[in-house]
Amino acid sequence: MARSEPMVSGAEPEDRLLLGAPPERRPPGRERSSERPLRSAALGFLGSAGLLVLALVVLAGSPALVQVVLVGAGLVLARRSIDVAARARWGNGFDTTAALCAVWLTALVLAALLADLLPLAEGVDPGLTLREPGNLPPDLFSSHPLGTNNLSLDLLSRSIHGARVSLLTSLMAILVSLVVGGLLGILAGYLRGPFDAVVGVVTNTVLAFPALVFLIAVITTVGRPTSLSDATVKLGLALGVIATPTMARLARATTLSLAQQEFVVSARGMGASRIRVVLRELVPNVAYTLVSLALVIMAVLILAEGSLSFLGLGLQPPSPSWGNMIADGQETAVLREQPYIPLVPGAFMFLTVFSFNRLGERLRTLTDRS
Amino acid sequence: MRRILLRIGSTVLVLFLVSVATFALVGLLPGSPETEILGPNASAQDYERVRDELGLDDPVLTRYVDWLGDAVRGDFGRNLVPPVEDVSTKIARTLPVSLELAVLAILLSLAISIPAAMISAHRPGGRVDRLLSVSAFGLISVPTFLGGLLLILLLAINWRIFPDRLWVRPSEGGWVENLRHAFLPALTISLTEVAVFTRLLRNDLIDTLQQDYILAARAKGMSAGHVMFREALRPSSFSLVTLAGVSLGRLIGGTVIVERLFSLPGLGSLVVDAASRKDIAVVQAAVLVVALCYVVVNAAIDGVYGALDPRTRRGSI
Repeated sequence: MARSEPMVSGAEPEDRLLLGAPPERRPPGRERSSERPLRSAALGFLGSAGLLVLALVVLAGSPALVQVVLVGAGLVLARRSIDVAARARWGNGFDTTAALCAVWLTALVLAALLADLLPLAEGVDPGLTLREPGNLPPDLFSSHPLGTNNLSLDLLSRSIHGARVSLLTSLMAILVSLVVGGLLGILAGYLRGPFDAVVGVVTNTVLAFPALVFLIAVITTVGRPTSLSDATVKLGLALGVIATPTMARLARATTLSLAQQEFVVSARGMGASRIRVVLRELVPNVAYTLVSLALVIMAVLILAEGSLSFLGLGLQPPSPSWGNMIADGQETAVLREQPYIPLVPGAFMFLTVFSFNRLGERLRTLTDRS
Repeated sequence: MRRILLRIGSTVLVLFLVSVATFALVGLLPGSPETEILGPNASAQDYERVRDELGLDDPVLTRYVDWLGDAVRGDFGRNLVPPVEDVSTKIARTLPVSLELAVLAILLSLAISIPAAMISAHRPGGRVDRLLSVSAFGLISVPTFLGGLLLILLLAINWRIFPDRLWVRPSEGGWVENLRHAFLPALTISLTEVAVFTRLLRNDLIDTLQQDYILAARAKGMSAGHVMFREALRPSSFSLVTLAGVSLGRLIGGTVIVERLFSLPGLGSLVVDAASRKDIAVVQAAVLVVALCYVVVNAAIDGVYGALDPRTRRGSI
């Protein structure tokens, strides 16, 4: 675009708008703190630690809203300090939010793997907690840091066990849909013709059919899952079927553009069979695109599993899953008196889905070839 | 013309397959209608009589054709599990709730996302834009049921601005009461939609603002507001219109979670309840109606899109 001076005089903002500012530009205010980055980062940490101590220790009995605001401010300040320090150390391209998301997911996966070894209070079997008081509000410096539910089960422990269900189920679903949907999509996009038409119509039908009705039918037929492995197989397969059409569409669209490219044409020209073209040329390239989207789809699947559990179709209580834990707290009385019962698993779920979305987006922009 | 015919043909085919799938799927549900009707302790003759009356022992094809023949005339029969009433009556009672919810949610989403997208696109990469984009990321990561619970907790329980979970039909309490009660569920649904809508319109607006005719308008001294509203918004809104339509189609009958959370008597709840009670006729009818809405809205939007934007009439995939 040729640069031309606007007739409006002194219109600096308009000028910037006109020329289309680069989207990822940082505002000038940011660079000022980099003159002595480590000092301002240290000050920031001190400040945020002060805010957190103030909120959680000094004001321990005060209204929840005050505490929430102070904790929020402390966390924002802490993130800012990490941001400043990390930029000073690793350069301006460092994506602090993505790094924090990765830290959260790593911690969650480790906690879920090692849940049986961690010193957590009882969170699964209500028979073992009969003597303990229920509905304890969160108190970070007690044996129940995030509180307990009405059956005296520890919410932190339940949330970590719930993470197992969410992660394993969506992992299963994503594998199923990647393999089945990916193959169908590649074949449809490469072979075209009648096979493509059939896959297209079937995909549209599955998409037009209400997913929940299908899931209810499946769950009532095979029975509600009662254990972790049970849930992984039943819910994972059912969700995999639901996710397959989307994967097939993606794979087909990717294949359509790949099939025109020189390397596929030349492979055919050199006498490669159709099977070889699909397996050696198309599958690796389509997989590259699909896998880069897998994290985003993972986020969607965790939400779907949560919805199923929330509706009472997922893992049978008292075995914990995030969805059924949140469903425990949906009545007005519980919401008013013990809002932490739905909010604790809700926070786990939100942070996890957010992290998958954020990292998925990052991965997608890194691998985007267009 | 050929495209339109193909379009209609594939729409009908998808509907047909949905009807077959519904019919087949309901057969998979465990339990049997006669025990649901008579209870587990009736005599063998009674079970036999009921099966006979319902035509459950006829060949599958006969049953399917009978059912479909009635269904296209709007007669879905009567449901099997008491309380017995015409399925069409049930649908007629629940469909308006779902429709109202879906339409309200879409309108609300548009009302929030259009201004937000304009503000974002005004200075892409600026402070406000980045704040809005982070918020959008946050919003799509909130599960609907959690977002709804938070809204109830804040707006209905703590601050009592809106009533807590009840549905008032316009015929009972008037439109004002109805809308007051419908607002929170609609807002809950729109939380996710707003994030997606804003993102889409923002990107389209930024593209449009790069065009030469915007440059010309600016050069003539038009104000930023004039350029945004009168020059940029309309040509940028095509994909938003499409997306809003697709979302509308998806939301009709697709709002089970919100209906459950807010105890609303909508189509989604009807399907879920009926499916868990093996109320075959209701599930079949409701699924078919939902699929019909989805397919019709989608097809209509395709048509509207082509009419709105001449560039898409030819050469699209």
